Amino acid sequence: MGRVTAPAPLETEKTESAEEVFAVPEPDVPWVTIVHNDPVNLMSYVTYVFQSYFGYSKDKATKLMMDVHHKGRAVVSSGTREEMERDVQAMHGYGLWATLQHDRN
Amino acid sequence: MPGHFEPLPGGGAAVALDEVEISIIRSLAVQLLELIGPGPGGDVSDDPLAELFAEGPSEPPSDPVLKRLFPDAYSGPDGEAGSPEQAEEQRAYSSEFRRFTENDLRAGKRETALAVIHSLDALAAAGKGGAVLKLTPGESKQWLTALNDLRLAIGSRLDVVDEEDTDILYRLPDEDPRKPMVMAYLWLGGLQETLVETLMP
Repeated sequence: MGRVTAPAPLETEKTESAEEVFAVPEPDVPWVTIVHNDPVNLMSYVTYVFQSYFGYSKDKATKLMMDVHHKGRAVVSSGTREEMERDVQAMHGYGLWATLQHDRN
Repeated sequence: MPGHFEPLPGGGAAVALDEVEISIIRSLAVQLLELIGPGPGGDVSDDPLAELFAEGPSEPPSDPVLKRLFPDAYSGPDGEAGSPEQAEEQRAYSSEFRRFTENDLRAGKRETALAVIHSLDALAAAGKGGAVLKLTPGESKQWLTALNDLRLAIGSRLDVVDEEDTDILYRLPDEDPRKPMVMAYLWLGGLQETLVETLMP
């Protein structure tokens, strides 16, 4: 948005943002769900979980599974912290080893 | 086929199990149930609201199997925390996550283990010796998760932490005390693998 001169609301925004800076340091950084490699989980099962929980295509699910297998980990979803906590909980329910973190890339 | 699930026409899966196989899966599922525990409100069942709002634990379980089934949500295996402050923050986030999710996760795993026990009991009641276990698509999904939990539990007890460990287990001599557990682990893997195939879209 361009510059808008609106003296009255500007003042209320100022006080709000002063508090927000304190509470939320990185509001724009998304979170990611990471699945880690695990020698017990079957490759076919991991692919199945990615397809049935995330609704990914067979190709995408297989590629992510191979990344987990060969690189030790793969980012399987991204979004808000709440969404990623939901995904991590679901992965734990399936028995996959998952964590969430800020997307640093 | 022994040890192999086959798809049923119209959905679902079937596997022939003998008496020994039924009792092995059942006993492993019961052990897993006992390990997971009765859950919150196991002792105080008078107040259903208390159970509803009961918070889960904030510390990771000490048993390695439970630790694997309910891992920390904010710190992975590679220890990515850059500083002690970050590590402390990850621990705090992980324990908060645990407080709000572990009870539900435990309840879910109890449910799937119980589903396995129930279908095996129905099978054992139907006929002596052994029988063909037939699962609906819904039951297949529960069995799939339960078989995975059982394999995670056994894998954890056998210290399977990387691919090489699995290779070593394949070559154990017959007199090794771990051999029966390894046989069960591999057999359950075959069951799970063939069950996944019946569910693949």
